[in-house]
Amino acid sequence: MLGRMEEKYDVVIVGGGPAGLGAALGARDAGAEKILIVDREPEAGGILLQCIHSGFGLHYFKEELTGPEYAQRFIEKVIDQDVDVIPEAYISGVVTDSEGSKRVRVMHEKRGLHTIDCQSVVLAMGCRERTRGAIQIPGTRPSGVLTAGLAQKFVNMLGYLPGKRVAILGSGDIGLIMARRLVLEGCEVVGVYEIMPYSNGLTRNVVQCLEDFNIPLHLSTTVAQIHGRDRLEKITVAPVDKNLKPDMKRAKDVVCDTLLLSIGLIPENELSQGLGIRLDPVTSGPVVSSTLETSLPGMFACGNVLHVHDLVDFVTREALLAGRFAGEWAQGVRRPTDNIRLVPGENVRYCVPHTLSPGRDHMISMRCKEPMKPCKIKIGDLMEKKLRFVVPAEMIMMRLHPDLLDRFHGDSVRVDITPVEAVKP
Amino acid sequence: MKNNQKIYDVAIVGGGVTGCNIARELSRYSLKTVLIDKNAEVGFGTTKSNSGIIHAGHHNTPATLKGRLVVRGNQLFDQLCRELNFGFSRIGELVVARTPEDLPVLERLKEQGKSKGVPGLEIWDKNRLLHEEPNLSHNLLGALWAPTAGVINPYEFVFALIESAIENGVELKVESPVQKIGQEEGHLVVQTPTEKIHSRFVLNAAGIFADQVARMAGLDDFTIYPRKGEEYMLDKRLKGLVRHLIFPVPLKTTKGILIIPTFDGTIMVGPTAQDVGDRHDIATSYEGSHQVFDFVRQICPSINERDTITEFAGLRAVSDTDDFIIGPTKVKGFINVAGIQSPGLTSAPSIAEYVLEILRQEGLKLHERKNFKSHVAGPPRFALQSLKEQGERIGKDSRFAKVVCRCELVTEAEIHDAIDHGARTLDGIKFRSRAGMGRCQGGFCTSRCMGILSERLKIPYDRVTKRGGDSWMVQKMKDESSC
Ligand SMILES: Cc1cc2nc3c(=O)[nH]c(=O)nc-3n(C[C@H](O)[C@H](O)[C@H](O)COP(=O)(O)OP(=O)(O)OC[C@H]3O[C@@H](n4cnc5c(N)ncnc54)[C@H](O)[C@@H]3O)c2cc1C
Ligand SMILES: Cc1cc2nc3c(=O)[nH]c(=O)nc-3n(C[C@H](O)[C@H](O)[C@H](O)COP(=O)(O)OP(=O)(O)OC[C@H]3O[C@@H](n4cnc5c(N)ncnc54)[C@H](O)[C@@H]3O)c2cc1C
Repeated sequence: MLGRMEEKYDVVIVGGGPAGLGAALGARDAGAEKILIVDREPEAGGILLQCIHSGFGLHYFKEELTGPEYAQRFIEKVIDQDVDVIPEAYISGVVTDSEGSKRVRVMHEKRGLHTIDCQSVVLAMGCRERTRGAIQIPGTRPSGVLTAGLAQKFVNMLGYLPGKRVAILGSGDIGLIMARRLVLEGCEVVGVYEIMPYSNGLTRNVVQCLEDFNIPLHLSTTVAQIHGRDRLEKITVAPVDKNLKPDMKRAKDVVCDTLLLSIGLIPENELSQGLGIRLDPVTSGPVVSSTLETSLPGMFACGNVLHVHDLVDFVTREALLAGRFAGEWAQGVRRPTDNIRLVPGENVRYCVPHTLSPGRDHMISMRCKEPMKPCKIKIGDLMEKKLRFVVPAEMIMMRLHPDLLDRFHGDSVRVDITPVEAVKP
Repeated sequence: MKNNQKIYDVAIVGGGVTGCNIARELSRYSLKTVLIDKNAEVGFGTTKSNSGIIHAGHHNTPATLKGRLVVRGNQLFDQLCRELNFGFSRIGELVVARTPEDLPVLERLKEQGKSKGVPGLEIWDKNRLLHEEPNLSHNLLGALWAPTAGVINPYEFVFALIESAIENGVELKVESPVQKIGQEEGHLVVQTPTEKIHSRFVLNAAGIFADQVARMAGLDDFTIYPRKGEEYMLDKRLKGLVRHLIFPVPLKTTKGILIIPTFDGTIMVGPTAQDVGDRHDIATSYEGSHQVFDFVRQICPSINERDTITEFAGLRAVSDTDDFIIGPTKVKGFINVAGIQSPGLTSAPSIAEYVLEILRQEGLKLHERKNFKSHVAGPPRFALQSLKEQGERIGKDSRFAKVVCRCELVTEAEIHDAIDHGARTLDGIKFRSRAGMGRCQGGFCTSRCMGILSERLKIPYDRVTKRGGDSWMVQKMKDESSC
């Protein structure tokens, strides 16, 4: 598909996953006229296209869809709304001129190297998976050690199995989903090994993908050595101590030909870094204001490139907002700079956005550092909410009503998650 | 022997940097030469797993053969790089002094280097050192500066060498482990699982297996003791942390643990030095990692193991004499090029010259070919080009507009180019094009590269391998295999 591409747009969106698609709709709602989505892959939809299991859309559509179905609904909406979508094109740079308008550099097989003028840009490049090198597993370097997402692509897109006897390191959602998928394809999944004392995946995935299939989940355990010359032959697994160091005296070998890594995702910010956008070392995504604007004026970010989401529904919600602000910007709307910093406090790993403004509707996303139950979230003295539990694997979203900040006078608000006494029934 | 039997003039066992340099030198002459390697591609032994340094030469005493060959080897690299277009840059080396006792050692190294003709050696004081390398520890006391030391992409070097050799008539046999070496009517017979290769001369350049290959020929006069070195690659974001090679004052067994700004700008730290019994033991370890990072932090405090993107280990082929073993043997025609430990990469071009001289003395007639083609184009490297050049490339070949590896900006055209130039495995593609070498380590591009390999080699996905042998990537689903 070649698709229409003109030389001038109001909003250009980098990446056509759920974040990019949502941003396009948000920009259209805000009244932007000409909107372009550029994606590297042959089709829009992002990582959803390889997630053929169901469980998407429970929040947004109130029904259970597969990844491709969820993506399809948005692709149809976007096309219906007359947004231009260019697949198989790669955005390799953006320059801003003195007036603030932008030129986006696009590489495309049929069109060559092009530049497109636009007013605002939405970054929606998604994320990538952490690999073996990031956690330095000792041992040899055979084939058969790969990320769970790559294994998902092999099985769901190419129709091949990554191996027959599979161990999984890390209990991230993709790993859990792949454990079930591989069992259904006739593989033997020998176990999931998680270094932390709790799972890093959604509770529903632990139940539906492991427990229902009798796959053991070994907590506080890691892979301490990889063996095998050409192909993986076995792994050494060992329980870890308080400092997460493996206790080799209690190590044992597990025979397997495949080790899937589900050890976390990292926002894909090569492009943002190249542009000099300020990044948050905790999220590895851009630092953004309450309009999801990055440190470069007129450049917005949403979805996994901003911070890693566990549910696509939340990506969509964030993307609609980012798109709206990008659309308004393109029409000349300029808002006063935020004047309140949002600061992660006790048991809070990060908050997005990084700043707030009075009189504005805010959606705050955050993650805790450690599981806690029951507990309460305090946003300064402005707001307090009790929760049955928090776990690092599940992102927390809270809406902050516009009036709340009107009465506020400081320059920063701290967010804390603290335990509360269990209420006796 | 049958009448139609082909007899080679020279058969080289081992396609590492040693064997490939010899092959290319021989290809200048009208000879029938064959290079035999057990792996799927050349350079998959120690040659791809080392520090990638072209040493200036001051570290080794002239009393050893390696100490004599290293300086000449270094000098040959400018010409080789012009002809073969591999990644090479003379970024210079600093040997840093951490204690007052180190300072006289710097002087000694300088004198040793000078006596061997290493140009440009200078002693720098602390101010000069920290001015040039502001991220180094302020506890350092001074350094020896060696401007001719450089860094190289060793895999690019061997791929270019073998391409040039093949272009000039050398035959390459891969996936051919040599199992036996016999004698027959005045020549030698090298046996692999699939064929017998007849040759007047056999060069043993089998790296850490050279003693085993010598034994196949009935020689039992040396042993190789593998010495492992672990290396750790850091994230590209640290590019520029140091600009020159940083060496500590050398330890007894090795040159110590180094900070290496590789040709592509990525910082690498290592290697360790550990004697291992197993010739296949290329495992990295917790101990190795601690040793490397604890040590380099004393020299450059901001280096952190959390920035590691990948690690690997290589085996040095240390011989009983701790020196290169190069020369003819009791078995006529069988010549050892063994014990090629560090600085083997640097010395490889001068080893080749030395071996040719031996062959000449042993009676091989060397007639120069008239049509020797010295030039190899080298990979296109889209990412390193200016915007204008990139536009022109895309105009000529639209596959340059299709990005396959995002971390290193490698395009589809470059993957095809790698295959055109001999890549047959995913590692072959990676080491030629850099696809999969960046921080995501192939998470995104592996399946694309597999697709292109499968299409080009006309093999199904389940026959694509990481590096040949049993290193398969995927298997067929059960319903397909049963029908
Ligand atoms: C392997 C994997 C499995 C997952 N499974 C689930 C699941 O089961 N359930 C769930 O709710 N969530 C899942 N997630 C979370 C999922 O990532 C999010 O829900 C959602 O897909 C993120 O949307 P996104 O648009 O931010 O990123 P993506 O979906 O990753 O989309 C980003 C798009 O941008 C394109 N792109 C990047 N850089 C450029 C550039 N320079 N030029 C042009 N295009 C570019 C990419 O090709 C991609 O198409 C999974 C994530 C991964 C990585
Ligand atoms: C960690 C480390 C760091 C180093 N750093 C440097 C450095 O910075 N600078 C430097 O100058 N040197 C360095 N060296 C040394 C350098 O890497 C080696 O000297 C050089 O690569 C040796 O090349 P080779 O061709 O002799 O051996 P190899 O590359 O090992 O080649 C031998 C080949 O023989 C083949 N082979 C073996 N047995 C058989 C058989 N039976 N049949 C067929 N084929 C066979 C193998 O497959 C292999 O391809 C380092 C070494 C290590 C381990």
